[in-house]
Amino acid sequence: MPAPPVEIHDMTVAYHRKPVLWDVDLILPERKLIAVVGPNGAGKSTLIKAALGLVPLASGKVEIYGEPYAKQRHLVGYVPQRESVDWDFPVTVLDVVLMGTYGRLGWFRRPGNRERQQARECLAQVAMEPLAGRQIRQLSGGQQQRVFLARALAQDAQIYFMDEPFAGVDAATEQAIVGVLQQLRERGKTVIVVHHDLQTVRQYFDHVVLLNMRLVDAGPTDTTFTHENLQKTFGGRLTILDEAAEAVRRGKPS
Amino acid sequence: MTYLTWIVVIGTSLLGCVAGVLGSFAVLRRRALVGDVLSHAALPGLCLAFLVLGGRHFLGMLAGAFLTGLAGVALVTLMCRWTRTKEDAALGIVLSTFFGAGIMLSSYIQNMPEGGAKAGLETYIYGQAAGMIREDIYLLAGVSAVILFSLVLFYKEFKVLSFDPAFAQAQGWPTLALDIAMMGSLTLVTVAGLPSVGVVLMAAMLIIPGAAARFWTDRLERMLVLSGVLGAVSGAIGSLISAGAVKGWLGFDPFGLENEANLPTGPVIVLCSTAVFLFSVLVAPRRGLLARAWNGFRLKARTADENLLRTLFECTEQHLPTVAAVSLDELLARRAWSRVGLAWVVRRAGGRGLVRRTPDGVQLTEPGLAEARRLTRAHRLWEWFLIHGASIAPDHVDRDADSIEHLLGPEILEELEARFAASASPDAGGAVPGSPHQIDKRSKDK
Repeated sequence: MPAPPVEIHDMTVAYHRKPVLWDVDLILPERKLIAVVGPNGAGKSTLIKAALGLVPLASGKVEIYGEPYAKQRHLVGYVPQRESVDWDFPVTVLDVVLMGTYGRLGWFRRPGNRERQQARECLAQVAMEPLAGRQIRQLSGGQQQRVFLARALAQDAQIYFMDEPFAGVDAATEQAIVGVLQQLRERGKTVIVVHHDLQTVRQYFDHVVLLNMRLVDAGPTDTTFTHENLQKTFGGRLTILDEAAEAVRRGKPS
Repeated sequence: MTYLTWIVVIGTSLLGCVAGVLGSFAVLRRRALVGDVLSHAALPGLCLAFLVLGGRHFLGMLAGAFLTGLAGVALVTLMCRWTRTKEDAALGIVLSTFFGAGIMLSSYIQNMPEGGAKAGLETYIYGQAAGMIREDIYLLAGVSAVILFSLVLFYKEFKVLSFDPAFAQAQGWPTLALDIAMMGSLTLVTVAGLPSVGVVLMAAMLIIPGAAARFWTDRLERMLVLSGVLGAVSGAIGSLISAGAVKGWLGFDPFGLENEANLPTGPVIVLCSTAVFLFSVLVAPRRGLLARAWNGFRLKARTADENLLRTLFECTEQHLPTVAAVSLDELLARRAWSRVGLAWVVRRAGGRGLVRRTPDGVQLTEPGLAEARRLTRAHRLWEWFLIHGASIAPDHVDRDADSIEHLLGPEILEELEARFAASASPDAGGAVPGSPHQIDKRSKDK
């Protein structure tokens, strides 16, 4: 059996010694749109960042198609949260999208005509090509999100991790993003999306990961995204885990 | 100009150039104060090296400054990570502690019995570019060449690292190593600049050119080049003034100094770059204060023009197709504008051929009527949307519409047209819809 696109073994992650994810075991299927769902502070973004090696693991490991992330980087695309960068930075829309090609170019080589052409195609996929020359501060929030999506498309990956791409975007952008996600799936890609809008989970996603500091459940949306599971994910039964985490942070029993 | 002055000018412009380029990255990454910590923390290193080596050994002192400078920056990082001190507090603490230690060490050296006075360490505090010699230029040129060449070589890597470090890391760039390389170059430039500009003001040479250049362009490449040029020019002019060269050109001494080379170089260079910065803040296109004030004024003028046309249209609307003249008093009663202001707006509109003055008052011309019809339609569509789409009470919409409608772009108007046409409103179609609220006299008051 071929290795799954993403396999997480016993992952525990801590910020300043306070655990935010406990013993997550997860295998994600190929060619699916996968939503990561959970309340605020459930560790959704942390799960993605840990999978990408951006935060250190306290224990456990992550494998991308059966190999560690460091070996499989070229297979992975990333859309960070929009607020994570300074949008007053002096670059144009095209500059940002070109950054997606940097990984392939390697050291020293500059993006050339081929990369420019490709970046423009990625911009066209999110209906942003006419704005290629704009400074990024002049974009609306939804347009900024689409630029980030185009940059990930320029990475030309097999697996995409997206951190809240639907947060605070207009209806046109939401439709554009959903369109791109479906195209990606048709082209055989796997897309993992941190998603906060429970209303649209069933409509947009095939597979769902329910998370609240630990894995509540994961599986096809039809069978996993149930009322009972949502109760478990969002219900207030986690005080014990929370208190335990707090005790670990303080380094003494609560 | 003497040969020595040339040496100084070349040295300070090299320094200004490379400091400006590197500093741009620090400014963009909001690390402007790191340069400040670097230079202040370098002082104890200089003194320690002097004590250890037992004399003024140039490269040795640079190495000492380099080490303590980096130690200072590392300490800030560690304090933030391991104690709960916030970054600004940590920067302040480290900066003043290292600087205090440096001052203490340097006065100890000054008071040493043999050779201490020759150390001239006090020049490192404010800088004395006049003391530069040919070897200093070689060193500066070497440092600048290496740093600028590396920046060109690794431009793409530094660009993605500065804009989005998390993305750069996920893409596999060794962000920590790149960060250390950047910090090391910053330290190297700072230390190389200490003898001529001094500990206290070296930070300004790093920050000010980049901050000034940011006003002129929205492209990183141009910002870096411009920042280098501004830094070099400030360095050259500053050292020329400091060396008293200006006196030679002007034929008199504008600073009233008796003897030449009396002004410390560092402060003069910094004041020169500050002048460049202030100039940029004022007159830069788009971002500058004057450009923004001008844009604000233009928007106000346009708003006034549009208000005049719409008010004229509302006064003559019921008599159409006859376009009646409207008296100034009538117009004054309609809106809260002054007589002088109204006269100015009418003159502007007259100049554009939109209205004409008649003995009875003001009258819309043919093009004016078309423009007024378009504006009124936009205004009423927006009001209609506010009432039906945003549930705002009819007696409030006029004011809300007033404050926004002048900014509505063609795309929003198209969308409004489409929604209006799709609605069952009796006015749907080409004509100007009726006002959704009572148009009273003075109803437009703020």
